[in-house]
Amino acid sequence: MQTHQFDVVIVGAGGAGMRAALESSARTRTAVISKLYPTRSHTGAAQGGMCAALGNVEDDNPEWHTFDTVKGGDYLVDQDAATIMANEAIDAVLDLERMGLPFNRTPEGRIDQRRFGGHTRNHGEAAVRRACYAADRTGHMILQTLYQQCVKNEVAFFNEFYVLDLLLTHDLTGREVPDGEDVAVSGVVAYELATGEIHVFRAKSVVLATGGAGKIYKTTSNAHTLTGDGMALAYRRGLPLEDMEFFQFHPTGLAGLGILLSEAARGEGGILRNADGERFMERYAPTIKDLAPRDIVARSMANEVREGRGAGPNKDYVLLDLTHLDPAHIDAKLPDITEFARTYLGIEPYTEPVPVYPTAHYAMGGVPTNVEGEVLRDTTHVVKGLYAAGEVACVSVHGSNRLGTNSLLDINVFGKRAGISAAEYAATASWVDLPDAPADAVVAQLEDMRGRPQGERVSDVRRELQQTMDTNAQVFRTAESLRQAFQDIQVLQERYTRVSVQDKGRAFNTDLIEAIELGFLLDIAETVVVGALNRRESRGGHFREDYPKRDDEGFMEHTMAYRRVPGVPVDSPALSAPKGEEVPEPGPGRPVVLLGTKPVVTTVYQPMERKY
Amino acid sequence: MTAVAERSAAPEPKAGEIPSFEVTLKIRRYTPETHGDEAYWEEHTVTAHGTDRLLDALHKIKWESDGSLTFRRSCAHGVCGSDAMRINGRNRLACKALLKDLNPDKPITVEPIKGLPVIKDLVVDMEPFFASYREIMPFLITTGTEPSRERLQSPEQRARFDDTTKCILCAACTSSCPVFWTDGQYFGPAAIVNAHRFIFDSRDEGAAQRLEILNDKEGVWRCRTTFNCTEACPRGIEVTKAIQEVKRAMITRAF
Repeated sequence: MQTHQFDVVIVGAGGAGMRAALESSARTRTAVISKLYPTRSHTGAAQGGMCAALGNVEDDNPEWHTFDTVKGGDYLVDQDAATIMANEAIDAVLDLERMGLPFNRTPEGRIDQRRFGGHTRNHGEAAVRRACYAADRTGHMILQTLYQQCVKNEVAFFNEFYVLDLLLTHDLTGREVPDGEDVAVSGVVAYELATGEIHVFRAKSVVLATGGAGKIYKTTSNAHTLTGDGMALAYRRGLPLEDMEFFQFHPTGLAGLGILLSEAARGEGGILRNADGERFMERYAPTIKDLAPRDIVARSMANEVREGRGAGPNKDYVLLDLTHLDPAHIDAKLPDITEFARTYLGIEPYTEPVPVYPTAHYAMGGVPTNVEGEVLRDTTHVVKGLYAAGEVACVSVHGSNRLGTNSLLDINVFGKRAGISAAEYAATASWVDLPDAPADAVVAQLEDMRGRPQGERVSDVRRELQQTMDTNAQVFRTAESLRQAFQDIQVLQERYTRVSVQDKGRAFNTDLIEAIELGFLLDIAETVVVGALNRRESRGGHFREDYPKRDDEGFMEHTMAYRRVPGVPVDSPALSAPKGEEVPEPGPGRPVVLLGTKPVVTTVYQPMERKY
Repeated sequence: MTAVAERSAAPEPKAGEIPSFEVTLKIRRYTPETHGDEAYWEEHTVTAHGTDRLLDALHKIKWESDGSLTFRRSCAHGVCGSDAMRINGRNRLACKALLKDLNPDKPITVEPIKGLPVIKDLVVDMEPFFASYREIMPFLITTGTEPSRERLQSPEQRARFDDTTKCILCAACTSSCPVFWTDGQYFGPAAIVNAHRFIFDSRDEGAAQRLEILNDKEGVWRCRTTFNCTEACPRGIEVTKAIQEVKRAMITRAF
């Protein structure tokens, strides 16, 4: 075992992690720990753009961007955070340009901008050109540019190190923190893939930037490695997860595969059609049609299929039609996604429409933070020294449905803020003692997993988890389907205790890593389902067929999911009686998911009916 | 050693589906913890479907038959650059190589990319590759005060270096280069591609420094123009052409 000491440790090297690292490393001794090489991070798969009201091609301003973000999130957005994001978006884009990001340009040489779903002029009048982009590789360019700057600034990376525990002064799963007592972070425990060695990183500040959890679903645009690691680490230590029931399904995944085709395809003029060739979005969103927010488009598509108007031999997808666009325009603006269609489906988008269907894409929820990136342990108290940014976090700028491009913006704005906050805190804070034998729990977990002679296969349990989530907790949900998902997860959690790995070695044991990841996925999926059961309304990405209306009286509040050990009486002001379905009992001895709420910050925009 | 993951009769294909087929992978394995210091070949046969990629077959083996088979992967659609490997003697990304296009009638050979130390099975040590990348100063170099708005760049200036911005650092090009195989000190195509990306960026002022670095005896002049790199690039970058442009810039100092 090795021990390291840094003022700031950043967990994850995607866009948020590296943006934080650029700020933090300029101020204090910083390490970035990542289970992947930084350039493998899934930020690189983002395609369409990053919105900022530069007004380079038409009139625009940050207030319109704020409004669109709030409305797009079905009013569950914290409006103070959304205002910050829209205001700081302009500098975030200009920062990236100064770092060298090769944006597409206008004839005048300025950063070009294009239309994107839900982004409108003057509070919904018409689609506005707000997304700054680099062809359909905007995320790739952001990831490369941030990595280039990290190379320039000689940021210390620990690549292919997998963080498996978050060290806090208190175990919050077992008891409540007495009034006036601070909870603080003291470091993390990591596993080095190449050697199997354990490393303890002592730190004054820790920034979680581990990305999303799309692999709880079968059909997803997410990488294999997006297993909710950072969310699960915080949750297992008793920190809450916010709004986990809100998961975004991106409308245009390649049918059957889930590979993402950017909304930019529709921003550039692409049209969704059903089997009859009808432009069905005209019926669902008469004003902005195909450029309605993703939750609306995804539901509309699923509804077309459900009502028998799906295309293809099994009538199980709809069509993204680009055939009316000039091939030269497609090549210039959408080169990658059209190549995906050719490579993976053998479809030529110049002449044939592309089969598409919604794909699990983005977790709106996550580790709750304030606008400085500080992690909350309940509705009001922060954990000293702990920060989070990007998809792992919930600040909450996306509310119940994120607008396209706002994730690339989120990682830049709040990654930067978290990096600054973490470094500034470390500059004045004193060191917190590590717990005794800090790595023991991780070592025991790994040895237990490696030592089981034979048992369940990781892939069997994972496949069944993904299947039940796709079947029961996807675009359309009911109490019945969610109860089924909950019961399935309980069974799978029990089976997980008997999972074994075949690879017993130390070096580069990805068999073991997949087993650990599966544990994270199961815990995260459980919070999604419990939150969804409780929320007896439909809002943004969460659609309950048994409660198809938004219910501001009952549910205009954030969900907070806490993990607590069974049998311990919990009496906390953070928790509230469940409002929705009675959540069934978990399996014997298993930790319980307790729900609380957090108020939504409303500053300017009162909730209105959401029409496009 | 031969392992059979799944050999059951394929179910009747649904309307419009490409029928499933059997495919055998011949994989170069290296597992010093269990099989000693010599690499060895191992065959696995799996059932594949029409749209399956080589990565799907590798997953099927790992998930259903031999969990110890080790390879890197992440995005699974050709943008993260994790799973470059030597497939039937050609460098490709496992997630972009469709099995039906690989002549599945014969065993498909799968080996780690060449010229980098193998850690385990298909996993190589990428550190020497990234060290070369870091040496060419892969970041925008400017002088003077920062402008308050964006730097201006015309669409034509932007187009000049578009091709080399696509690089995902997968190492398929560098590890396909015969010069790199015999001389690990050579910067290799990927580093030169990333130098090109900045040398021809109108906003950058570090071209002279980069060209000086690449004028080294291990720099661009080692390139023998075999075009392996261009053929290997999963992003379709004209790598050899980019190297030629860097060579020309070195002579003419025009960039």
